[in-house]
Amino acid sequence: MSTHRQEYVLRLGDDALVLSHRLAEWSSNAPQLEDDIALTNIGLDLLGQARSLLTYAGKLEGRSRDEDDFAYLRQESEYKSCQLVEQPNNDDFGFAIARLLFFSTYQVALYSGLTHSTDATLSAIAAKALKEVLYHREYSTSWTLRLGDGTAESHERMQQSINNVWRFTGELFEKDAVVDGLTSEGVAPDPERLSAEWNLYIDSTLAEATLDRPNVPFRAGTGRSGRHSEHLGYMLAEMQYLHRLHPGATW
Amino acid sequence: MRTIARISAREALECVLDPEVPVVTIADLGILRDVRIDEDGHVAVTITPTYSGCPAMDAIRQDIHAALADAGYDDVEVHTVLAPAWTTDWITEAGRGKLREYGIAPPSPRRHSGPVSLGLGVRISADVACPQCGDSRTREVSRFGSTACKAHYVCDNCREPFDYFKAL
Repeated sequence: MSTHRQEYVLRLGDDALVLSHRLAEWSSNAPQLEDDIALTNIGLDLLGQARSLLTYAGKLEGRSRDEDDFAYLRQESEYKSCQLVEQPNNDDFGFAIARLLFFSTYQVALYSGLTHSTDATLSAIAAKALKEVLYHREYSTSWTLRLGDGTAESHERMQQSINNVWRFTGELFEKDAVVDGLTSEGVAPDPERLSAEWNLYIDSTLAEATLDRPNVPFRAGTGRSGRHSEHLGYMLAEMQYLHRLHPGATW
Repeated sequence: MRTIARISAREALECVLDPEVPVVTIADLGILRDVRIDEDGHVAVTITPTYSGCPAMDAIRQDIHAALADAGYDDVEVHTVLAPAWTTDWITEAGRGKLREYGIAPPSPRRHSGPVSLGLGVRISADVACPQCGDSRTREVSRFGSTACKAHYVCDNCREPFDYFKAL
């Protein structure tokens, strides 16, 4: 079962790592300085969570791979992140906020559930991370309200962003043998419960922001099995370039 | 002899400053969790990060090794633990006073976990007093400030901007 556990921890770590990179791309590109700082700080929190998770995945694997081996020396098909986190920003702040709202709301439910995990390492990582992602959710919620319930143009563009991101959110709650096994062992929270909590929060936030819940079908998730959209490869090429050029380089 | 050695290792560590807020020590902040020394003079130090991604952890580890080396301890091991998760409630009274003097408003007591309010962005924050003039008419400019652990505030009385150490 430890292979299932390692697989699960990799998924969580990869989600955090890939989104942290997308958030870092906002450095010097956000609409105002405060959001530049906020988005990159949120990215830094996610990077910290990814480091803990990937280190733990290496320990579970028992082949002495460390966090850097996982981050810099795996190729696209070995990444287990969901497709939501790898989608490019395209300099669209509304898109970044919609994605962060959906992902941080998922992480709040996920980490709350994991604090009760029978796996002591996961519950320690989760208890720490939960405090951080509550701030991420608050930040993305306040921007969703401001843009959704703002001007006619901001409302229209925020609705468009919500619609565009929506189809990628189903993958967050998909079940398979890995998740089912860990749920019954009490290691992972049940995705159905996470989905219920997520929907409750998202529905009330969208309603308060005068935005409509999209009526768009979910895209079938393939990220967990290593099949990604074309965007992840380009992102990894940039992220891994230095490490591959100078193997073992340190600060 | 051993008791004396242990106290001085701890004393050496209590002088280690936080690299990002270099007026408070890692002991003031509650980052330094434990110091143990065994019969062979091996020192085991336990620290915990404020945030998962705190970029100062490597510098703190190096500073711990340097401080202990200066005090004559060469056999040193630094462990990082995540549980129990760090909270701003661990910042000492002395630490809170030093933060205020430095121009950073110390954290309010932590809210109990519960549903986060859905109110619009700008919040009135009656409990964050301006570290410059002491007035409580302050407001949050941005939830994320110069580092992950701080928010950016402004005082409506003296008009000065300041950092607020976020409750976590």
